[in-house]
Amino acid sequence: MTTLQTVFAKAKADNRAALVGYLPAGFPSKDGAIAAAAALVEAGCDVIEIGLPYSDPLLDGPTIQDAVHRALSNGTRIADVMRTVEGVAATGAATLVMTYWNPIDRYGAERFARDLANAGGVGTITPDLTPEESEPWRAASAAAGIDTVFLVAPSSTEQRIKAVVDCCTGFVYAASLMGVTGARETVNTAAEGLVARTRAHTDLPVCLGLGVGTGAQAAEVAAYADGVIVGSAFIRRLLDAPDEAAGRESAAALARDMAKGVRR
Amino acid sequence: MANEGSILTAADLVGNGPHGDDPDMHGKFGLFGGRFVPEALIPALDEVAAVYEKAKNDAEFLREFDHLLRTYAGRPTTLTDVPRFGEQAGGARLVLKREDLTHTGAHKINNVLGQALITKRLGKKRVIAETGAGQHGVATATAAALLGLECVIYMGAVDCERQALNVARMKLLGATVVPVTNGSQTLKDAINEAFRDWVTNVDTTHYLFGTVAGPHPFPEMVRDFARIIGVEARRQMLELTGRLPDAVCAAVGGGSNAIGAFHAFIGDEGVQLHGYEAAGRGLHSGEHALTLTAGSVGVLHGARTYVLQDDEGQTIESHSISAGLDYPGVGPEHAWLKDSGRATYHGITDDEAMAAFSLLARTEGIIPAIESSHALAGALKLGRELGPEATILVNLSGRGDKDMGTAMKYFNL
Repeated sequence: MTTLQTVFAKAKADNRAALVGYLPAGFPSKDGAIAAAAALVEAGCDVIEIGLPYSDPLLDGPTIQDAVHRALSNGTRIADVMRTVEGVAATGAATLVMTYWNPIDRYGAERFARDLANAGGVGTITPDLTPEESEPWRAASAAAGIDTVFLVAPSSTEQRIKAVVDCCTGFVYAASLMGVTGARETVNTAAEGLVARTRAHTDLPVCLGLGVGTGAQAAEVAAYADGVIVGSAFIRRLLDAPDEAAGRESAAALARDMAKGVRR
Repeated sequence: MANEGSILTAADLVGNGPHGDDPDMHGKFGLFGGRFVPEALIPALDEVAAVYEKAKNDAEFLREFDHLLRTYAGRPTTLTDVPRFGEQAGGARLVLKREDLTHTGAHKINNVLGQALITKRLGKKRVIAETGAGQHGVATATAAALLGLECVIYMGAVDCERQALNVARMKLLGATVVPVTNGSQTLKDAINEAFRDWVTNVDTTHYLFGTVAGPHPFPEMVRDFARIIGVEARRQMLELTGRLPDAVCAAVGGGSNAIGAFHAFIGDEGVQLHGYEAAGRGLHSGEHALTLTAGSVGVLHGARTYVLQDDEGQTIESHSISAGLDYPGVGPEHAWLKDSGRATYHGITDDEAMAAFSLLARTEGIIPAIESSHALAGALKLGRELGPEATILVNLSGRGDKDMGTAMKYFNL
């Protein structure tokens, strides 16, 4: 199992940013998700976030909503998420689960943390769990030996940034913009400032996500962040392809471009 | 209050204290409530909470709110005895609180006017809102027109169809109506889409949330703005009958009209509080909105509360003939009142609600909203339980003009 600490130490030693790819479990199919994530790892992703499909993804834009809807329609359950994590972790990438809070809450925090650790997962990203509500999850995660990643946003005050980073282990997820997930024409210029403000409060790696969709954008972000997070752009390639194999190849081509970007 | 003829005091707005019924600093009613939202929204929620906290203790704010409630919304609303309808309630005395007589036709205007004033104090020029039956959307579009705010309403595509008249009203009032075509295409998905807009445009926009659900401070603030319903009714019942009612009945979707009707009575131990959820086609059909009666504790739309969800926390789509009750969550204060035993919640089927809808029209000449008809049907049952000596206050939360399409289909009119 590759830990986040190993990934970021290695990237730092190579004087580059890490590349983090997101795909929901169960999309484009249960097995197809594992194959697609493996292709992203092969193409240069250091870390994979496996999304847990949820019925009410209120921080996600149309691309991820579409993928998640398909995953739920083909009957994806938490057991499938764990199986996906197991398959992806076997490729050697550090593998996390990104999920809204309610599925963990309902499944049981301790049980979820334990099952994720047993599947080879190294942590979670929980975009709607605030520091005030995070204590039970941090305790369960610590007991299972997995990391907890939370988000800071351009609107975050210094006080909030401090509260969030104090709850994070592994890395801090900086949202580049005020908005939902989805590739954008340009990366928000406020993003660099947010990464700098976050660094003032923590020694943890700071990764930037939301709106990154090209190799050039990855290179731009890699200049100031420890990791570049890409989701919708990969999913768009999978959605637009005529079949799973073509989608996988198209997403991998983009990942190769991004992997070059983070090394520029 | 310096304003002669005013109906509102600071105590009316925020309650009289020591019932222990305000949430804690994190917006928790016991286990329920709180904030489960993207970090990006926390500063905006903090700002709304701070501005509201200041406003509710500000005489100028209370004066403005009071003025709008009296001269624009048409408050106070009257009570109406409904003896012919009450014959079907075992002879119990049923008294309606006539929120249907407010401007725009439903209690929603109370909260909307309060939050519209908050929007001005936030210095924001744009409001967004979700709507189910369309009443909150109409009320928001109305207040936006009155105060010169840009207004965008998110409404499930299914609801747009069954409440087409309200879509037209909103457009006429100058609002942009965005039909939401993902998920169940009803209120739940309209709320998701409104949150997506808010997180994107939060610098310029206030999310004028329409019910006592959602993240803190919405459950508390919306309750306080809806609270006038019960405050007035309590005084009026004392004037009309010389005593407090034996029970207060209200329909519960998200729960704002019910909390508005209940809240002033929470300290009155002798007054039973009954909430009626939509049982749709019946509990066992699986097609219902029985969040409190058949749901489980979870997190939806930013708060811990009762939720209709499966064993892995996926939201289950609700069903009701009434768009305003067709919601798989509920306000956290109701969850708290349920667990504490202070309020009791029941289900009313589509057919029971439509029977009460028709009965009130034929016996009293009042066409209620289908939402409110759930409370009326509940009061008929409760009256038969409590007996002819009982007095029951029913919150008639809105009027049924918007429901003519549904009624025409249901009754083959």
